[in-house]
Amino acid sequence: MGSSFFTPLSWSDSGFILTGVLNTVYISLVAIIVGTLLGLAVGFIRAEANKATNVLLGGILDILRSVPLIIQLILFSTYIGAIGHPLDPFVTGSIVLSLYTMAFMSEVFRGGFESVHQSMIVAGRSLGMSYWQTVVHIRLPIGLRAVFPSWLGVALSVIKDSALVSVIGYMELLRTSEQLISRTQQPLEILIGVGLFYFIVSYPLSLYGKYVERKMAI
Amino acid sequence: MEYEFHWNIVFDKLPQLLSGAFVTLHVSVLSMLIGIAIAVLLAIAKMSDSRLISLPATVWVEIARNTPALFQIYMAYFGLGAFGIHLSPYAAVLSALVFVNAGYLTETFRGGFLSIPKTQYSASKSLGMSSIQVYRYIILPQMFRRIYHPMTNQFVWSILMSSLGILVGMNELSGETQRLQSLSFRTLEFFIVAAVMYFLITKFVLFSASLVSQRLFRGDI
Repeated sequence: MGSSFFTPLSWSDSGFILTGVLNTVYISLVAIIVGTLLGLAVGFIRAEANKATNVLLGGILDILRSVPLIIQLILFSTYIGAIGHPLDPFVTGSIVLSLYTMAFMSEVFRGGFESVHQSMIVAGRSLGMSYWQTVVHIRLPIGLRAVFPSWLGVALSVIKDSALVSVIGYMELLRTSEQLISRTQQPLEILIGVGLFYFIVSYPLSLYGKYVERKMAI
Repeated sequence: MEYEFHWNIVFDKLPQLLSGAFVTLHVSVLSMLIGIAIAVLLAIAKMSDSRLISLPATVWVEIARNTPALFQIYMAYFGLGAFGIHLSPYAAVLSALVFVNAGYLTETFRGGFLSIPKTQYSASKSLGMSSIQVYRYIILPQMFRRIYHPMTNQFVWSILMSSLGILVGMNELSGETQRLQSLSFRTLEFFIVAAVMYFLITKFVLFSASLVSQRLFRGDI
């Protein structure tokens, strides 16, 4: 004791921690929204497209799912730096995390679209609906409802995976806490707080997902 | 601006990268084996009627499922220091992966077990089978079929997540790549090769798993 090199955690750090929390929420929301929209489009294309397009698209999505997120973040951030267009860590992180989310979401939505029985679409067409009317009024509502629990599962994993964006310098919650740890040397208190935050966000949503799944199973 | 690739530096270091890939496989296989053993116990505990036994299992499962893997690794690497436990990077990543794998697999095992109707148990009993025979020939084979694919996915997840070892200075594929690129600054080349290696490892695991499953479960509907 007596050394002033390490300063203990104090209330004045709460603003710093809050920034980390908000940044985590912020980048997770961006990735979930953009990833869902892109995934919806790609999932629809995959459900409709011919074999050749599917093999090509599937291959690209497969790479996004089979290479660790942390490597994708490092590669993309190094690449745009090397070609002379460095971006803000938030933008870089959002792009990579959104594409990563898209890769998982597209499979979820593809399954949803394919779960809508052909006879319903035929029935819609025979009632005089156009192709896009069957998409908007039949395939989207029925297909999307079926995959809601899976969608929620992917969204929750994105919130957790957003912690990895810290590797390219984005000040999300875990990086904030890491900096606080090196200053205060109080790892346990800080990490328990961080864990609690993720838990409080994720646990109720996962319970809700299970509830919906059980309700739909009947 | 054009970026000029220099691959020779990377190919010279291929043996080190391969040994990093070996550590990646090593830590993920081990985390699966220990994780499976713990998950079996947790699944049994979770199905217990006594809350005293089921509650700790539930707490483990929910913490593992609802917090980031990176948080678990930091907890093992920095957090345990508060108790005077100082783990090596390898031990920290291994214990974090074991913790998460056990949590996810518990639910997999429990779901697999509960999916088999109780009537099968009574039917086998009435055919004169002993309890051990019922589990050995009736319950466990069916259960294994149902948990096989989730287990394969969990293994792939472990391989991919062991890449977080880079953040605590572990010598698995990502950490080794990081160390090697810092000597030459050919960051892109090194990480592209690492990405390809992860892709190949993942594909190899999934391909072998599907071969094994065709052999194990042939004739099944």
